[in-house]
Amino acid sequence: MNEKKCKVLAAEIRLETLKVIHSRGFGHVGGSMDLADLMAVLYGEVMKFDPKNPRWEDRDWLVLSKGHAGPVAYATFGLMGYYPMEEAYTLNHPHTHFPSHTDRKLTPGVDLTTGSLGQGASTATGAALGNKIDGRDSHVFCVIGDGEADEGEVWEAFHFAYAHKLDNIIYFIDNNGYQLDGPTDDILAHGSLAKKAEAFGLYTQEIDGHDVKAIYDAIQNAYAKKGVPSCIVLDTCKGKGATFAEPKHDHSSQPNEEQWAEALAASEKALEDIKNA
Amino acid sequence: MNVKLIGKHEKDSRACRDGLALTLNEMMAQDKSICYVDCDLMGCINTKQLRKNYPDRAFEAGIAEGNAAGVAAGLAATGKKVFFHSFGTFSSRRCYDQIYMSAAYAGLTVHVLGSDAGVTAAFNGGTHMPLEDAAMYLSIPETTVLDPADYDQLASITRQLVNIDKGVTYTRFVRKGIIQVYGEGSEFEIGKGVVLHESDKDQATIITSGIMVDESLKAYEALQAEGISVRVIDMFTWKPLDEELVVKAAKETGAIVTAENHNVTCGLGSVVANCLAKNAPTVQEFVGVQDRFGQVGPQDFLMDEYGLRAANIVAAVKKAIARK
Repeated sequence: MNEKKCKVLAAEIRLETLKVIHSRGFGHVGGSMDLADLMAVLYGEVMKFDPKNPRWEDRDWLVLSKGHAGPVAYATFGLMGYYPMEEAYTLNHPHTHFPSHTDRKLTPGVDLTTGSLGQGASTATGAALGNKIDGRDSHVFCVIGDGEADEGEVWEAFHFAYAHKLDNIIYFIDNNGYQLDGPTDDILAHGSLAKKAEAFGLYTQEIDGHDVKAIYDAIQNAYAKKGVPSCIVLDTCKGKGATFAEPKHDHSSQPNEEQWAEALAASEKALEDIKNA
Repeated sequence: MNVKLIGKHEKDSRACRDGLALTLNEMMAQDKSICYVDCDLMGCINTKQLRKNYPDRAFEAGIAEGNAAGVAAGLAATGKKVFFHSFGTFSSRRCYDQIYMSAAYAGLTVHVLGSDAGVTAAFNGGTHMPLEDAAMYLSIPETTVLDPADYDQLASITRQLVNIDKGVTYTRFVRKGIIQVYGEGSEFEIGKGVVLHESDKDQATIITSGIMVDESLKAYEALQAEGISVRVIDMFTWKPLDEELVVKAAKETGAIVTAENHNVTCGLGSVVANCLAKNAPTVQEFVGVQDRFGQVGPQDFLMDEYGLRAANIVAAVKKAIARK
């Protein structure tokens, strides 16, 4: 992999994610920004996709089960050429193709509709099963929030994937430690999500979710593991790179224009710094 | 449509569920894109044969209906034609959000099957008695909702379901013994009601489906004996409703009685009333479960208990005619 290129892409995704949300003025900043490094690895280094043919049958699939991370997907897809980036600066405007939560009927690049938490884990699993039936050499990448892991459906999906030996799906758990009402430890106190996933039979790795090399390597390890589904727990910082969101790990943010200006400037500088590193 | 009415009020020697299971088996042999997902209830509707015959396309999802419905939607997203089964209580209430959002809202067709319609849940009791399952599916945009009467109608419908690729479908059906209404080889058209009896002298119309078709035919005979002529329509498709047929019957007979194995507050009677209010306001009486919960017992007892008998239909017809 090209680590430098990947880091630059991650910084570009962060900047564009902010711009997408800024177009509406408020939104789910925290849980979008912390996925930029994963998205950079997936779309910069790993996934098979064709922006001119988003439903290409042999593509790899991305399912953001934590559907509220839509903006990071819209930023990534725009950068990959699925549509002119400016189109995504209509987030949550009337008749937009870029709603808060990802919608397969509206946005090129979105494979499955999500928003009711837990459901993307199941639909991604069904898609992996369908691809396996057809013998396609493709993978499904399903991103689950740690707060989302409150939902029993996530664990039902793990049961199913293990029972059906789906080694063409990787579940990422975005382990940022926070959900809407506060730290996950104060809500349902998950303990170790990695140990739990492992106990469900998944080949599980836990890594720094902001280390692009570690993410890339973990995916390669998962590819090599045959006969079982994989889970990669990404230890992340909610709001990573958004100056107004990162300190408090906010779930959704409503910054004022001054805060927006500061955040966009900081994100632009971060991009320049990485380019010049 | 090619409908042979038998209507002798005699039990079919065949289990109704086999109208589904054997048909699916044939369909899966012919069409490799058909998949089947069940929630640990294959043994109840004789679909274990599907898992045996098509192990790569018929799946056990265990007692986890929400995930099973999501898996079904995911399969549909890869181009599969997916049938998904559990008891009607669970394939409606237990996975409503998944079917609503991951399938219907997402534009993915899943064919949902709910066994043990209404009081036919009998000995599984009130906990397992779906009297609102159809209501839940009626309220989802673009759905098709079906309540077939017997083996051959269920088989005919099943063959047509795979041709529906827009919206979710929901078919509620009876598992075991059922009165045979139609002859073997009968073919029905989804969305078209079946006129079982009509004449120029009809004073009212009974619109019915499912296990209430046979009761309605008995009511027809009892009313005939009293010199009262009524039209009888098997409206096995609750949605999309055959509005043209309903309006014609309302205009020609001037009184409507609906008879359903479901809560009358939100089922066949309601969709018919909705249609009439918009197009041809007409007096209507509602035979069915009167906003009550289910309970345990033999089906015969339950049909008496909830007023799902020919006698109830006869009384409702007389009342409707008197209100004209």
